[in-house]
Amino acid sequence: MVTAATTATTATTATAETRARRIAEGVPDPELPMLTLADLGVLREVSVGPDGTVLAALTPTYSGCPAMAEMRAEVAARLRAAGFARVEVRTVLDPPWTTDWITAEGRRKLAEHGIAAPAPAPAERPGGGPVPLVLSATRRAVPCPRCGGTDTEETSRFGATSCKALWRCRACREPFEYVKEI
Amino acid sequence: MSEDHVYLSLAEGHEEGDARWAFGTGFEDPLHGVDRRVPDGVDRAELAACCLALADDALVQAQRLAEWTTRAPELEEEVALANIGLDLLGQARLLYSRCGQVEGGPDGEGAAGGPRSEDDYAYFRDAGGFRNVTLAELPNGDFAFTVVRMLALASWRLAQFHALAASPDPVLAAIAAKGAKELAYHRQYAADWVVRLGDGTEESRRRTVSALERVVPLLGELFAAYDARDAVLADLRQVAGAAGLRLPEPPGAAPAAAGRDGVHTGHLAALLAELQSVARADPEATW
Repeated sequence: MVTAATTATTATTATAETRARRIAEGVPDPELPMLTLADLGVLREVSVGPDGTVLAALTPTYSGCPAMAEMRAEVAARLRAAGFARVEVRTVLDPPWTTDWITAEGRRKLAEHGIAAPAPAPAERPGGGPVPLVLSATRRAVPCPRCGGTDTEETSRFGATSCKALWRCRACREPFEYVKEI
Repeated sequence: MSEDHVYLSLAEGHEEGDARWAFGTGFEDPLHGVDRRVPDGVDRAELAACCLALADDALVQAQRLAEWTTRAPELEEEVALANIGLDLLGQARLLYSRCGQVEGGPDGEGAAGGPRSEDDYAYFRDAGGFRNVTLAELPNGDFAFTVVRMLALASWRLAQFHALAASPDPVLAAIAAKGAKELAYHRQYAADWVVRLGDGTEESRRRTVSALERVVPLLGELFAAYDARDAVLADLRQVAGAAGLRLPEPPGAAPAAAGRDGVHTGHLAALLAELQSVARADPEATW
């Protein structure tokens, strides 16, 4: 039976959940601070339990992501500062993060900061089949985020963070970073 | 609260155990909040042994890759090797943590003192307790040896992770599904360098041939631990072919006892002495 009291509680929980989600979604990523955790697609869940506990779930981008503990602490700190007394931030590993979860807004912000956004991640199991060697046709050209030119080349497979590679544009001569699709 | 940047908020008041105080030092349980239950019907000892061996392979490789820092041929390669090492270190941390939960008992809480932590496995076991394969522990040698070894190990580990993504243990399955994406990049990085060196100058070719001659005989131990012979040899043949090199004949049999049995070369003890020195000098230290 739905009573007036439970309806009110449900409504309060829904409002609290919206507020908690907004706060958690707005936390900037420590490594790519132009993106929020929501833009990056690492915030997997925000809910508020009947006792008012906020449950947030985060997933790491890479297994060795050194920013996980900071993200977790920052989400918890901001929620507590907003008046949520009980906050629990969990790690979820499944399904594994993919760059496909970077939102359209996130991609726009990356481009604005001169970082090439990832192409769609390979649908098949990663690394199945032959090794895509540097001269093979399966390698894609990454368009330059500054001039849009496609005459670009990779200078290093790994960049300043696990998720990025270093590229350069032969047309405008600018180096740029590129978020590798995984 | 500084809303616009995580780094700015670091300087603000923090609570006990607040990982924000210094970026990159928050070494709390990497499986924090993950459901630790082990499904019924899963052999706990077997699962723990599998996690431990894969973690040891990754930790030892990560340590070897870290040794290249300040010594790599170019800054870009140094960054790449460090990043690959970081991925492997991350995989090792997840696997050690899972191993501790599984060994700990039905509820993963363990006996007095709780389950063993990632630090217990990494810092407080001697060489005889490690289960990594021999190939992982050999010194870096030159850059050619490093990338040829990386190609073999990444290819072999990738094949295992593809299979383990269907493990009945959901935590191991998730670690494997995630790690496979990383290993695909490691294998590609190593393969590109093997082609470049093998098809490069006379000197780089000589070194690559020599590296293949050292690495291939050790593949028997890998295949005995996990039989990915077809996948690994297909990768090696493809890459050697693209480099214009011939792959030496792979060994048919494995050595009687090796890394998975805790039998190691003296190189592992030396590696661990450096890796473990700080933790052992002050076992109560926290970071």
